[in-house]
Amino acid sequence: MKRSHRLRVPAIAVAATAVLTVAACTSSSSPGSSSTPGATSSTTSSPTSSANSALTASAPGITATTITIGSHQPLTGPAAPGYSEIAPASAAYFDYVNAHGGVYGRKIVYKYLDDAYNPTQTATVVRQLVLQDNVYAIFDGLGTPTHLAVESFLNSEKVPDVFVASGCDCWNQPTTDPETFGWQLDYIREGKILGQYIAKHFAGKKIGYFYQDDEFGMDGVKGLDDEIPHSMVVSRETYVPTNVNIAPAVAALHASGAQVVVAFSIPAFTALLRLNGLKLGYSPTFVVSNVGSDPITLSGLLESFAKQGGATVNGNQLTAGIITDGYLPTLGDTSNSWIALFKKVHDQYDAKAPFDGNVLYGEAVAYTFVQSMLMAGRNPTRQDLVSAINSGLPQGPAVAPYAFSSTDHAGVTGAYIGVINNGVLVQEGSVLTTDTSATGAVTTYTGTEQQAPASGIPAP
Amino acid sequence: MRTAPLVRILGTALIGAAVVVILSIKLDAFRDYQIAQVAVEVTAVAGLTVLTGLSGQISLGNGAFMAIGGYTTALILLHLSWPFIASLAVAAVITAAAGAIVGVAAARLHGPYLAGVTLMLGVALPSLAYVYPGLLGGDQGLTVVYTTPGFLGSNFPLYRWQAWVCSAVALGTLVLLANLGRSRVGRNWRAVRDDEVAAALAGVNVARARVLAFVVSATCAGMAGAMLAIITGLVAPGAFTITLSIALLTAAVIGGLGNLFGAVWGSLVIVLVPTYATDVATSHGLSSSVASNIPVAAYGVVLILVMLIFPQGIQGAVLWVLRLFGISSSRTRYPASVPDTGPPAGEAPASQHEVVLPHKKEGTQ
Repeated sequence: MKRSHRLRVPAIAVAATAVLTVAACTSSSSPGSSSTPGATSSTTSSPTSSANSALTASAPGITATTITIGSHQPLTGPAAPGYSEIAPASAAYFDYVNAHGGVYGRKIVYKYLDDAYNPTQTATVVRQLVLQDNVYAIFDGLGTPTHLAVESFLNSEKVPDVFVASGCDCWNQPTTDPETFGWQLDYIREGKILGQYIAKHFAGKKIGYFYQDDEFGMDGVKGLDDEIPHSMVVSRETYVPTNVNIAPAVAALHASGAQVVVAFSIPAFTALLRLNGLKLGYSPTFVVSNVGSDPITLSGLLESFAKQGGATVNGNQLTAGIITDGYLPTLGDTSNSWIALFKKVHDQYDAKAPFDGNVLYGEAVAYTFVQSMLMAGRNPTRQDLVSAINSGLPQGPAVAPYAFSSTDHAGVTGAYIGVINNGVLVQEGSVLTTDTSATGAVTTYTGTEQQAPASGIPAP
Repeated sequence: MRTAPLVRILGTALIGAAVVVILSIKLDAFRDYQIAQVAVEVTAVAGLTVLTGLSGQISLGNGAFMAIGGYTTALILLHLSWPFIASLAVAAVITAAAGAIVGVAAARLHGPYLAGVTLMLGVALPSLAYVYPGLLGGDQGLTVVYTTPGFLGSNFPLYRWQAWVCSAVALGTLVLLANLGRSRVGRNWRAVRDDEVAAALAGVNVARARVLAFVVSATCAGMAGAMLAIITGLVAPGAFTITLSIALLTAAVIGGLGNLFGAVWGSLVIVLVPTYATDVATSHGLSSSVASNIPVAAYGVVLILVMLIFPQGIQGAVLWVLRLFGISSSRTRYPASVPDTGPPAGEAPASQHEVVLPHKKEGTQ
């Protein structure tokens, strides 16, 4: 027994060492190949562009044939359900662009690493992407607490930090953080748009707030408070994403007699709010922020949480009637040119994922990146990308224009109100736009929505 | 035995310092960052390995001590703009005090009860940031700005400097711990670990020895937290979750409990394996749901393999290899109490000293 154990030891040890060695070798060769800008010859001329100048390695991460960009995403951990679909969806759109000529002939290489929604891990993986892999830009880094951990690092390294996947107002600081740009509707604007709807449609009712206790929730509440008279708000309850026991908060909302509950929460906590309310026999009207209300994600979470608690519920039944807002076309609107484009790309390159709000988001933000790269020029420096976005982007898949300018780094400026019905979001009323100031009015957007280009690729 | 212990310890530390300097100059900026990360882990794990391996106590809450050190440093750098070395010292003192408080409670507890108390500490303490968002920045934490000192010139790479600072602290800690382990204090710890009654009969103040071990371990964690704050540029509750505390213990076990070399091996494993595994996973075109879980799986596989083959950790393996080639090492006497065959694979480290001392199982007070 002892002898056989002794004999086994070297064998397993050798095997383990071999595995690790192989791992180490492979890994050291992979960043090597991607982090050698300028190694590729610049004689290749692009077949698709009507170009005159040769493609050169004009910036870190850009070679004559590729543009390498990086991102940090919650592929595992508490924020992974739903959000982990975003990066593969972006990659699918880049695959589509690469297959149709790329960006001035260059292919986009999208390297997204898992940070498990942990800011310390974000700090590590982003340093790996910037210092070791020499990415041209960080694109769509996901999460407010996570991305805040790297915002000043990216700005001090002068790495474009484009289209952060969070609606925090903190990305809009052009003077201190000139490299950082938001993209989605920010939570202050969203709060104002939802707040105006509530003040108008639920006049005289008791309103309760339920929000995440960080910039996300507080920005949202700031917007809500700009529009909803303080006397209407009877209860303000918060949660932290690390504590799933929200029963006391829901009980307090119930006790306050709130007839309308406004939630600035991530999907898992929207689902918990609904289920905890159900347990108390408390079913107020729910108004939920866009990021916490994707019907498909929500319905799945409701069913799986209930199952864990030994109950069976119908997700679509429980989400019915939830009021929310949308800044991208509704998924159900198959006649919309953007939905048709993104559905086509999804079916071809990312078919394993459900075509839900996260996938739509990932593809739409990837479209915007391609749009800005095309505007940045044939041989862009890092500054060229920042300047291109500062000069303003034409309206894309979103229903309202972008705010981008050299003094404003916020993204989409408006949204429509929608109601979830039978698992799909139905638009109600027209698109509303506003600004982030306390006094700026919420107005109906009068411009026309853009059509998706027939080629599926933005015009340069 | 040929050379005096102190000379050998200092010599080893100097070799370590030389290796760090050469590596930090030869390698790229990201590797410098990883060197700093390893140094942070080494400092924390060394404290833990002394606590668990020498004094026989367990802590699942050292991440909380790191949080104390990290927040102390962040607050000092933010509001007082002291030099880092001063904030490091203050962080060490404050965590030492916190360690003493926890240690007094811990000295009365054993095995799973002690694990439970420290686990609670690890879970609860970082949540204070949510309770005092004005002071501690809530979920987003506090941003720490740390730059290279002026005398190095503006072109000196920040990450190389950070690697040097952190490595210097880590090596200094290792030297102190190595000396402590060989001193009367270390002998008292081992005596308490092996048999409390016998130690007490021999005149060792058992409670004091156990509290002191906790203080030392907490101080190391506090300094590690302070360094983590400057290299990541952020202190936030998300950085100090219970996962961190468990990772520290994992590193101590993988490396070899009670051995300071083991702390280095263990730290290298938990810092480098996930990065390598990610590189491998992403460069082989695996689907993202598979690729994103490979680092976690690799971590688990390494832990299982090490426990299965070398219950004494990687340092045990190093010694085994050395013995295989006939280079007998006098160092083996240092962790002495762990039997050659080790506990059965998969045993939690908490039970390791119970395996050594089976009669103690009934004896928990």
